[in-house]
Order: sequence, then structure tokens, then C-alpha cells
Amino acid sequence: MGTFIPNTDKQRTEILEEMGKSSINELFSNIPGECLIKDGYMIPKGISEMEVLDHMKKVGKENKVYEKVLRGAGAYKHFIPSTVTSISAKEEFLTAYTPYQGEISQGILQSIFEYQTMICEITGMDVSNASVYDGATAAAEAVNMCVDNKHRTILVSDGVDKRILETIKTYNLGKDTNIKQIPMKDGQTDLVSLEKTIRDGDACLLIQHPNYYGVLEDVDEIEKIVHQSNVKLIMSCYPISLGILKTPGEYGADIAVGEGQPMGLSMAYGGPYLGFMAAKKSMFRKLPGRIVGQTLDNKGETGYVLTLQAREQHIRREKAGSNICSNQAHCALRVAIYLATLGKEGFKDVAVQCSSKASYFHKELAKEGILLAYDKPFFNEFTTICEKRDEILERLDESNILGGLPLEEDKIIWCVTEMISKNDMDHVISIIKEVRDEFDI
Amino acid sequence: MNLIFEKSVEGRKTSILPACDVEICLPASPKRESLAKLPELGEIDIERHYTKLAQRAHGVNSGFYPLGSCTMKYNPKISEKIASLDCFNDIHPLQPEKTVKGCKRVLENAKEYLCEITGMDAMSLQPAAGAHGELAGMLVIKAYHLDKGDKLRNEIIIPDSAHGTNPASAVMAGFEIVNIKSDKNGMVDIVDLKEHLSEKTAGLMLTNPNTLGIFDENILKITKMVHEAGGLCYYDGANLNAIMGIARPGDMGFDVTHLNLHKTFSTPHGGGGPGSGPCGCKAFLKDYLPMSGDNRSIGRVMGFYGNFLVILKALIYMMIIGADGIKDVGENAVLNANYMKFKLKDILPVAYDTPSMHEFVLSLEELKEKTGVSALDFSKALLDHGMHPPTMYFPLIVHEALMIEPTETESKETIDEAIKTFKELVSIAEKTPEIIFNSPITTPVGRLDEVLAARKAILRHEFES
Repeated sequence: MGTFIPNTDKQRTEILEEMGKSSINELFSNIPGECLIKDGYMIPKGISEMEVLDHMKKVGKENKVYEKVLRGAGAYKHFIPSTVTSISAKEEFLTAYTPYQGEISQGILQSIFEYQTMICEITGMDVSNASVYDGATAAAEAVNMCVDNKHRTILVSDGVDKRILETIKTYNLGKDTNIKQIPMKDGQTDLVSLEKTIRDGDACLLIQHPNYYGVLEDVDEIEKIVHQSNVKLIMSCYPISLGILKTPGEYGADIAVGEGQPMGLSMAYGGPYLGFMAAKKSMFRKLPGRIVGQTLDNKGETGYVLTLQAREQHIRREKAGSNICSNQAHCALRVAIYLATLGKEGFKDVAVQCSSKASYFHKELAKEGILLAYDKPFFNEFTTICEKRDEILERLDESNILGGLPLEEDKIIWCVTEMISKNDMDHVISIIKEVRDEFDI
Repeated sequence: MNLIFEKSVEGRKTSILPACDVEICLPASPKRESLAKLPELGEIDIERHYTKLAQRAHGVNSGFYPLGSCTMKYNPKISEKIASLDCFNDIHPLQPEKTVKGCKRVLENAKEYLCEITGMDAMSLQPAAGAHGELAGMLVIKAYHLDKGDKLRNEIIIPDSAHGTNPASAVMAGFEIVNIKSDKNGMVDIVDLKEHLSEKTAGLMLTNPNTLGIFDENILKITKMVHEAGGLCYYDGANLNAIMGIARPGDMGFDVTHLNLHKTFSTPHGGGGPGSGPCGCKAFLKDYLPMSGDNRSIGRVMGFYGNFLVILKALIYMMIIGADGIKDVGENAVLNANYMKFKLKDILPVAYDTPSMHEFVLSLEELKEKTGVSALDFSKALLDHGMHPPTMYFPLIVHEALMIEPTETESKETIDEAIKTFKELVSIAEKTPEIIFNSPITTPVGRLDEVLAARKAILRHEFES
């Protein structure tokens, strides 16, 4: 049995004696006898560190690690610089709690302040919080920021990932809000339908840009329609695309959110990730969760503290805007290190490479007759219609390549990141060609 | 210390990516007008910046961290090692089922252990943190009553000693909050509870032991009363560390619970997260859990399956210590806290003189009246002794509260040293309180002006144009 308890039996006895207790059981005398566990747990005995490592390596072998990943749809395989791994492993960052005691937590507080600044910079927004659980909960919290007694209708584009929509629905189960979906036309949010549906007094419209199918939305037009009706616009963004694309801030969005995982976090079977959230200055008091602010110490030196805590659950209890307490601070640290390592030019370069490679791959697929489902601009994900879809994905799998995500009606959403080389793409095309030749397509 | 942006030098860079091997091609969609002002640094600048930041932070590995209700125990390194293996990191959440059997096994095993430890029948690992698990649990209770056609039941009863997340989560799930009082022993006031139970009661949220560290000896009576009124009982698992291996929420009459894997199950808190807040329940509620597969499920509470790597670390911890080790955790957590309380109660009064478990609450009200030294002053003075202060001013029902939770992974020597520090500080407070008013003096910055931070909110770095 392993243990992490340092006190020896002798020390335990000494402590009990000093307190005048004859046995440890005396300390549990307040627990009614009927509640006490009688026969121990039905779980195995403890094992050593060496054994658990062996065991977990075996369990890990039951997973397949693909050499190349052409699947995105919410989780992305981007390159993680070694600085991210090295720095984020530092024990002072890893084993600290939420930085309530500012004077000995300056390192953590400053790193969050820097993270908030970086998120504002990439999104073009005014203020950012210190992160929430993931991209889906970030969208749900953003919707919550827009809902009040007078604004109770939530519009969500059908271009938004279903996982995000479902999360928003769950967050609204206990409320008498009304969620309306705006349909798609040719892979984009249908502007005519949006204009017909939207009403003055609606809380917000949530769009995803690029949307779930990879298509870039006509955000300029959407913004006009939404703001003419005095409705808030929430944009869920793929952060890597912001290296080149017009930012939510430039579009005039009220809140920008997104899944932060592509910026320095592994895919890790879905988590931990982080949701980033940034807003216009006018909405900063509605942002949920931790926010770090700059201040002065008693000698007039600059320092950082958790601020605007009067918004939060530990002060406002039932009147708080959100219940969030723990966030994804360590993931946010990784994002900050990632962005600092890539730097101003590097962040753009990743976006340029993703976009260029996706464009190359799309053209090569088109040569094989595999065409876009929606002929619209895309960033690094796009949807094709592809006969013998399952056979192709299976054959790619045999070559240790995770192909795009299969959708209904022979569709596939492909995703290309900077980690896919031209050779890799040519190899994939040759496999696809083989399959199609076999089936005489 | 300068911000990372202030260290930026135009044109400086790292070498991360190879040159692009295809023709540059950007989408026909509007572009950003200027590049994001991310810093331009070399690798050594980045490493040194963060090394310096790390030196200005305090983790469990830096020193004693008796932050009440946060269970700041040691985080085993083997968990970090395993959680960094490619076979768990390089797994896409939407890979074909047959290629993720290892991940699924980890989740299944973690569920089995956690159900056994809590006495629950089913568990959802999706919630990402304690408060997230509370929200899921509250929605389960909501869905249950609605499913039974019990639309009137919209009240959640919460004692005044509860964590702030409890009322906030219940409100997010659409409930009204009914606050009830604690009695003179720091337990639920049974008379007050009885008065507030009605056909509108949806449930009770309770932490046991509560935030005073007190195990409510009437617990079976309390849960029975709530059930008889038609309500359900929710167990806030934040303080499970005290009773692990000793008693189970499921056997106390609780129907729904959440756990904080980043507290009780030793996964690191990372400066504020990620955590993991599994939500468990009795069999009759299992269909309502997130992603249960039944159409009565409350649905999805986040994008994928939860904070997988955190769950993995918690499983590793449970496997290493095993059934007997889990009991040792509960016993030693309670032993250490009681020892510290025993040694301190003569110099600083304990808020409630009821037997307590893994944590206890001191009140510095008398010390403040006598010397002017408040719980805040005292905490800041502790910083000069290399110790993280206890939780301050919580629970709200105790004036000048310091809530202390040493955890089982601290040795007698560490606790003795802390006791000595407390005694020294009380003596300084009585003789030369100005030393305490001026503390801390050994930290990178002195006392920070929180009022200024809130009044003149500076929430990001502004670049010179």
C-alpha cells in the first residue's frame, strides 16, 4: 500500500496521548453508529508507485495514438512548444490554490494579468476574465451575461457546435428563457431567417466563426442585423484563426468566447481545456469568475490582486451572476506561455500555415473529385461530400492517420493544422485515390 | 517586476515552426488590421520571466498551506508523470470508440471507486469543478421533481454556514433559496429546519462535516425530515476528506453529491484550476445525470467528457492508497486538525466548542478588541513566516474567523512549527501590534490595496501608442 502520510505510528500515539484520547475512534464519536462503514470499502488494496505506472502504461496501450490527425470539430492537434511543458510543470504554479493572498501570489496573479491582456489582444476586446471550464461553458456563461428580466430570448445559429448548444440548453433548464435556433443556408447562418426571427428585446445571438462546418460567417452583415435590433452579439472563435482574421472586437461583437485548447493544451480525450471570455468594457462587471486587476501596495509599488470580487459567489452568494469558483488557471498559464513563445509574428505564422495547408489539401481533394459541401471561404476546417467515406476513413486509420470527422450524408469535416506537412497530405491523397480506384469512382 | 510585454524587443523571436511548405493562401474573409501585440522574446527571456514569477508564488511544495475548506494536501508526482504520457494526451475526444478503450477504462474505474467511497450508485464525471458538479446536482433534483409533476417544489434549504457556491448553484438551476440558522453547537437548527420544510421544498444542501469542521450528529434525523417533506438531500463533498474511509454520504441519507477531486483526491489546484467535480446519485436518480443516455437526462454540462487528465490523476491516487489508505487519510486529517486545535484553543478561542473533524475555526474577535489585530492582520503576519494563512472571514457566521485545515499530509513537526508561530504572533500582538500591522515585510510586495483595484479597475496592460 502506498501512502502520502508522514506521521509515524509513534507520532500518532504521542499526539493522541497528549490530547488525552485513548484511541483515534474517540475523534469520530459525533458520527452516529449507523453511518459508520463496517466492513471497509469494496475496492482493491493499495499498490506501489512502480506498480501503478506499469498498470497505467498497459491501460494507455488500449488507446490508439495516431501519427497524424486531420480531425478537429472542437479539439485540435497543434504543436506545443517545449517552453509550455517546462514552465507549466513548475511546482509553485502547479500546487498553489486560487491566489487569495496576493502578497505571496504575485507570480500567479501577474501571469493571469498577462493572460488577460493577451486574450484582449487576440480577440480585440477590452476586458477578459481568468478563464472558465471550456469553450462550451464559456458560451453558456456569455449567454447568461446577456439574459436579464427584460431580455429572455436567446438566439443560437445552427452553425454553432451542437455540443455548445446542448450545454447552453442545460444551463437554461431551470430558467424561463427561450432558445431559438437560426437555420443555415449554404453552410452559413441564414441572414433572411435571422432578420425575420430577431426582435428588439431579445437577449443575444451566438454565432461561431469559423462555424462548426469550417465556414467563415458573414459577420459584418450579422452584426448589422443584430445591433439594429439592440441585441447583443456573442462570437465563439477558433483562437488560432485570430492570427489573421478580423477580430470580434473589430466586428463590434459584445462578447468573444472560445475554446482555448488549441493554444498549448493537449487533446487529452476532451479535457482539461479552457474557455476564454472577453467583453466590451461596458459589460465588464457582468463577466463571471476570477478577474485580476492591477493595484498598488503600501509602499506605492505596482502589484496584482483578484478584483471585482463583489460579483462572485463567495461574497454575493445567491445574488452572484455565476456560481463559478475554480476555473482553469493552470490551463490559462499554458495559453499565456504558448502565446508568449510564438510571439507577435509566430502567432500569425501558425494561422497562415493552417489556412494555407488547408487550402492546399482542399484543392488536392477537389482534383480527386471530393468537393466542398459548401462553396464558401474557410480557415483550416472544411466539409466535403465524399463517397465511400467510411472505407476511406478506415484505410487512413490503418496507416495511423485519423481522418476527418464523419457527418451525416457522406460528409466529412477535415481539419489541417501546421503539424501536417505537404508530404503527409500527398500521402493521404494517395490513400484516398487507392480506395476510390478500388471502388471505381 | 516588469510585465512580459515590457520585456519585448521588436524583431526578437523563437524558432518553433518550420517554413510553410505549401503556397501561402488566406481565406477570402475580412482580416485583422494589425497583429496582436504579443511579446517578442527569446526562449531565455521567457524561461527567466516565468522562473521569476514562480519564485513569487507559493504552492503546497513551498510550505504549509492550512487553507480551510480547500484541502491543500500533497500532490503525488507519479500522477503528473502518468498524466503526461502520450497515450493519454494525444487522444482526440472524437476518435473511434475502439481506439479509446484505455481512456474509457480510466473513467469507468474512477466511477467505481468514487461510487464505493460515497455510497452512491451512479456518477457523472463530466462536471469540471465543484461548483459545476453542484449545478449538475441541482439540475438533477429539478428534473426529478418536474418529471414527477411536482412543479411547486422550487425551494432549496441551505444553512448559514454553507459555502457561497451552494446558494449560487441552486439559483443557477432556477431555485429559490431558503436560508436556515445554525444552532449554538454549530449544527443545523432542527427547529428552524422544521419550520421551513413544506410542499415547496425541493431539497436541502449540506456540507457534513460543515465549514466549522463539525459533523452534524443529527444527520440521520435531518435527512429523514427532508425526505418526509418530499425533498431530496444534496451532499456538498468539499469536506469529504474528513470522513473518507469512516462514513459515506450515501449511508447518511443523501441522494445526490458532488466531489472535489482537486481537494480530496489530491490532484493539484494549479493556481485556481483545473478541478474536477463528479456528480453522483442514488439509483432512482441515475437517469437524470448529465449524458446518462436516457431522455430524462439534464443533458450536457460541458463540451466533452470532463477534465479527463484530472480524473486520471485522482484514480492513480486512489489506486496507490487503496481501501485501507483511504481510511488512513480520514483518520490522519482529523487527528492533525484536532491536535492543532488542542494546542491553539487556549491562546485563540475556537468559534464553537463542539468536537470538530478535519478543520476548525478560530475567532480573533477578542484579540482584535484587545490589541486591534484582526484576522486579516494576523494572516498577513503569517506570510512573513513562510506559511500560507488559513481561510479568512469564513464561514460568515463567525466574526474575525480563521478556518484551519492542516490535512493528513503534514507531519507533526510542521504542525508544531505552525503552532509555535501562532503563539509567537499572539504574543507580538499583545506587546507590539504595530509589527503585525506593518506585515508582511518579506514578501515581494507589501499589503495590496484591494479597494483601489476595484475602484479603478485596471484589468489589462495598456500599450503605449
